[in-house]
Amino acid sequence: MSILINKDTRLVVQGVTGSQGLFHTKRMLDYGTNVVGGTRPGKGGEWVLDGKVPVFDTVKIAVQATGANTSVIFVPAAYAPDAILEAADADIKLIICLTEHIPVQDMMRVRKYLDPMGARLVGPNCPGILTPGVSSVGIIPSNIAIPGNVGVVSRSGTLTYEVLYALKELGIGSSTCVGIGGDPINGTNFIDCLQLFEDDPQTDKVVMIGEIGGTDEEKAATFIRENMTKPVFGFIAGKTAPPGKRMGHAGAIVEGGEGTAEEKIKALNAAGVPVASNPEEIAEMIAK
Amino acid sequence: MKLHEYQSKRIFAKFGVPIPKGEVATTPEEAKKIAQDLGGSVVVKSQVLVGGRGKAGGIKLAKSPDEAEKYAKEILDLEIKGLPVNLVLIDEAAEINNEIYLGITNDRGARMPVFMASAAGGVDIEEVAATTPEKIIKVHIHPLMGLQNYQVLDLAAGISLPRALWKEFDVIAKGLWEAYKNNDATLAEINPLIITADNHLKAVDGKMVIDDNALFRQKELNEQRDLTGENEAELKAKESDLTFIKLDGDIGCMVNGAGLAMATMDILDQYGGSPANFLDIGGGADEEQVAAALRIILEDENVKAVLFNIFGGITRGDQVAKGIVAALKEIKTDIPMVVRLVGTNSEEGREILAETKMITAKTLSEAAKKSVAAAKGEL
Repeated sequence: MSILINKDTRLVVQGVTGSQGLFHTKRMLDYGTNVVGGTRPGKGGEWVLDGKVPVFDTVKIAVQATGANTSVIFVPAAYAPDAILEAADADIKLIICLTEHIPVQDMMRVRKYLDPMGARLVGPNCPGILTPGVSSVGIIPSNIAIPGNVGVVSRSGTLTYEVLYALKELGIGSSTCVGIGGDPINGTNFIDCLQLFEDDPQTDKVVMIGEIGGTDEEKAATFIRENMTKPVFGFIAGKTAPPGKRMGHAGAIVEGGEGTAEEKIKALNAAGVPVASNPEEIAEMIAK
Repeated sequence: MKLHEYQSKRIFAKFGVPIPKGEVATTPEEAKKIAQDLGGSVVVKSQVLVGGRGKAGGIKLAKSPDEAEKYAKEILDLEIKGLPVNLVLIDEAAEINNEIYLGITNDRGARMPVFMASAAGGVDIEEVAATTPEKIIKVHIHPLMGLQNYQVLDLAAGISLPRALWKEFDVIAKGLWEAYKNNDATLAEINPLIITADNHLKAVDGKMVIDDNALFRQKELNEQRDLTGENEAELKAKESDLTFIKLDGDIGCMVNGAGLAMATMDILDQYGGSPANFLDIGGGADEEQVAAALRIILEDENVKAVLFNIFGGITRGDQVAKGIVAALKEIKTDIPMVVRLVGTNSEEGREILAETKMITAKTLSEAAKKSVAAAKGEL
């Protein structure tokens, strides 16, 4: 078992003919992910990666031809909102958007459109999802994680890799790792993932990696206190970040005294979540 | 990206919001000429991208064109919170009976824009929010439906606006919403919106912040960007598609990924060090970007050690290593450097770096400890 992606995942890659799309589609195929097709308007009927992946003009046609149930988006920010809506309208139930720099008003409109449709969006501005040994959707380096019982959910990309790597060094594997992305408005949030891990029989412990900005970690802390029976371990990046400065991610900014690392750590501790002071310490905490 | 008051108000005016007559000046002479054209009293207002202009002496009421010239000279000589004043706005003065606050911003938690109004305008709205939050009326706007008539009424009634002004208020509220939406703003604010002595509404101050991610389709606004006061190194980094933020410490950092970059700063702090910067080289950085990043770090005279923490994914360890070697051939430096390469092509990267005198580390903790020691001259 795992969450969100597994051996039944039938993946369509939106933007499969671009350089990033091609490169990572090959990696996903090599990992054993069931990539059933890709899309690129105007190139329907062609094949990429030595005839392994058929290209379709639209997601709708791809779904009809292949029965795809999951999509991953590799298209530039200006076209990504359209790509998300296209996937949802083609009845894709899990949409993973890697694209960064999508305007925030676009994301507000996209979320409002998506919410009543029952489609789940992961991202944008995220590294994707990895279920070690089974399926990889996105760009998380697959050789840094091994199968196991720790669920990982994170707002960051490479910081997540750091934690997966530290876990692996201690021989600890993960059930699924979900990158939810560093934007202020995203799809799936911490609470959604915590609930999925709580319900997943393969997951025994959960690691939650947050960062400064917004109040999602505080809300997650309340959820953990009230609903989680499985132990959760936390890490918050940005203790030394100055207020008012956007630390790379569009969502990582301390504004009007809100969203500081200190407040988040306090909230998590109050919910019984131990918070590590660096990524390697998380692995040590879990090993105990 | 922040807009100046005059830029913001001109945008509001395009959407039907009444603003005072006025013009911008770069010299006292221009200011005098504008004041003459406007006739009567004028307000001379510094145009700088920081708050607290009034308290710093950057806003003055002039009763004559000569006075406007004198004040313009004084204000153009000012430095407000470290920023030089290059531009003043000369607005016709208005008689104020009442001051109202109006603003739209993104409510991240609700994932919707929120329209805020308060009868306690003219003052710092964050102060009002902190001390008397009940004085701020909030209405969330559905991003697909837009601002509705009844919501404008909720705002007007909520701040007890006299009924005679509701019609004007409707135009202004909808204008502000359209300005916000059409310009990809993350903040559009009128503070204050005044009730004039002859009982009309007028926006005498305005502020807009534009979403940087939307500048690709807000080209006209992007061209108006005022770079005064922006850090030179930060601008240079942006040209190379790097995200750099100057900090006060002495350990330069080069990291791939924003979250990991923050975590790297934090761990330096944990071991008694202090980061000189936040620097994210992003995903898939090439040799040239790495070299540019290193040059920017080393231009900071405070830097006593440099830490490279690269977790290869899309970014390849060998390319980072080549970039470091290339940059070091060009810049001669004795500053100690600690490098940690993990992930994609990190073996190849380490081999390339073997020819340099760099200190290597396997774990993040080890890298942090060594950097702190190096900065103190203990390594």
